[in-house]
Amino acid sequence: MELSWWAHLWSVLPEIVLVLAAALMMAVDAWLPEGRKRELGYWAIGGLAAALTVTAVQAAQLAGGIAVPYEAFGGSVRADLAAMLFRVIFLLAGILTVAISMDFRPLRQSGEYYILLLISVLGMGLMGAAVNLVMLYLALETVGIALYLLAGYLRDTPRSAEAGLKYFLFGVFSSTIMLYGLALIYGFTGEIAYARIAQALAGLPAPAVMAALLLILVGFGFKVSAVPFHFWTPDVYEGAPTPVTAFISVASKAAGFAVLIRAMIEAFPTAQANWVAIMAALAFVTMTVGNLLAIPQRNLKRLLAYSSIAQAGYILIGIAAASPLGVAASIFYLGIYTLMNIAAFAVAVIMTNVTGSEEIRDLAGLSRRSPGLALAMLAALLSLGGIPPLVGFFAKLLVFAAAIESGLLWLAIAGVLNAMVAFYYYIMVARAMYVDRSPEEEKPVWISRPARFTLWFTVAGVLLLTVLVYPLYLLAQMAAQAF
Amino acid sequence: MTLIQAVFVLFAILTLGAGLFTVLSRHLFHAVLYLILSLVGVAGLFVLLEAEFLAGVQVLIYIGAISILIIFAVMLTRGMARNPGPPLNNQSLAAAVIAGLFFVLLAPVIAGFPWPQATQGVPADAIEALGRSLVDPNQFALPFELASVMILAALIGAIFIAREKR
Repeated sequence: MELSWWAHLWSVLPEIVLVLAAALMMAVDAWLPEGRKRELGYWAIGGLAAALTVTAVQAAQLAGGIAVPYEAFGGSVRADLAAMLFRVIFLLAGILTVAISMDFRPLRQSGEYYILLLISVLGMGLMGAAVNLVMLYLALETVGIALYLLAGYLRDTPRSAEAGLKYFLFGVFSSTIMLYGLALIYGFTGEIAYARIAQALAGLPAPAVMAALLLILVGFGFKVSAVPFHFWTPDVYEGAPTPVTAFISVASKAAGFAVLIRAMIEAFPTAQANWVAIMAALAFVTMTVGNLLAIPQRNLKRLLAYSSIAQAGYILIGIAAASPLGVAASIFYLGIYTLMNIAAFAVAVIMTNVTGSEEIRDLAGLSRRSPGLALAMLAALLSLGGIPPLVGFFAKLLVFAAAIESGLLWLAIAGVLNAMVAFYYYIMVARAMYVDRSPEEEKPVWISRPARFTLWFTVAGVLLLTVLVYPLYLLAQMAAQAF
Repeated sequence: MTLIQAVFVLFAILTLGAGLFTVLSRHLFHAVLYLILSLVGVAGLFVLLEAEFLAGVQVLIYIGAISILIIFAVMLTRGMARNPGPPLNNQSLAAAVIAGLFFVLLAPVIAGFPWPQATQGVPADAIEALGRSLVDPNQFALPFELASVMILAALIGAIFIAREKR
């Protein structure tokens, strides 16, 4: 079928908007006088919001049946509901990140920061839509390069420079191993499109397919920070500028899951028994190691790093279930994880601005110092911990239900036990805010307007979705049918 | 062993041997020279595969441009050209064991695979087809455009990192 040029462009319209926005920002950056550089953040939010509007319209058209899913650019990308929903996650994460970046003191206002952020969101959108190996690899690397630079953005701060270098070295190494796997798959089958690879792999010897699959999973495992590919996570999360950490912890992880879900289901259906076993093992190790290592942490960013590793473990359960329910549960989980985690990091950003420290003990007395801020953090933590009735509880319920439905009862039980362990360290943070006293309780906490927006949006989102669980689940279910 | 196989082994040894010296040489500048030698080996492999265009690109871009850039970076970075550190650290033994294990596990899989044989030779207009495929929306136009965005990001980042403090 010959596509019209408009059909080609429609499939990547959000990315086109983002490229134009990035180009515009380069001009604006040169033109704005030195004292007004802060306004660059609003330009970035404008670009991301324009792309989000386009994506929302496209998603509505696909969900409503006005548009049908199709592959464009010679089978490079697919325009389907799953790709659009993942784009919504990336774009929202981008907007919320820019909002907490604008008044984050260590980041002096500069155009490069926002342009790199826009380009990484662009790459993530294509990661979620990619249906062949060339597109997958290029999109992954585009995101990687932009994020390595953002992690090391405070180049005069040794810890940030170290974070950037560490992220770069680990990232390059794991993506090289993944590239080896992709090359093997191409050599075995002579195909780059997922669907054709799936056909060609059917008759091939299992050990060869398994070897290539394992190599590819190294790259994906790095992106979602699954154990044992998680070693970079705490150091990079701690050293990177906090807004960047928030962005990496949600958007980059969601993008990793997007390619993982699509590649496993569309390219490796013949090896499903193998990858289900791998995913189940990865899920178990990831959540257990993440939770156990989170307990002794005293630094808020490191705690959230290990917590985000554990969260990746829960999401992997949904993929290990390898069912429509499992995929829907994973997408659902990623959507609300984005809101909860950015809320938690927004509080971290605000507190770093005020106290200049990232230690948990410096949250002491926050409930008296700024009751609203403490309440926002509490909502985020309880939702991350999966306490009913908050929406985080339903996310966990869905992945565990998917595991039981697919006969992985042991994994569901391990998940429940893990959630109980995780509750302990989330409560430790809450205790610091509500029980511990501090001599600085009288000093007010300054929250900039964009950061206030991020807090309101994420916390209201978590609360609203607690009420609207079912519509969100239906949406995730429709997206899961795309596979 | 046919002549082609002998030439292949020669180029393979050149590529891998020079690659080994790249990581083992004490001096960063020598490492770059070995890297160039390794890239020459890769160009030879491309010729062997009847991909003359790719061989030419390999020579022009990797050997011609990228190596020069690396040499510039080495010579312009303070202390890097003068002060070579030891090429091995205390983890080299563990790394060698794991790399060896990786080879032992992967080699039989690759050697035992029923690789498909190329039936027809390289078509005469292969270069033209390659050029067209990079701008054809039904082939690789989108990946090609994305690559340019990626390079733009890298460029912006490189300028930001290397810029003098204000």
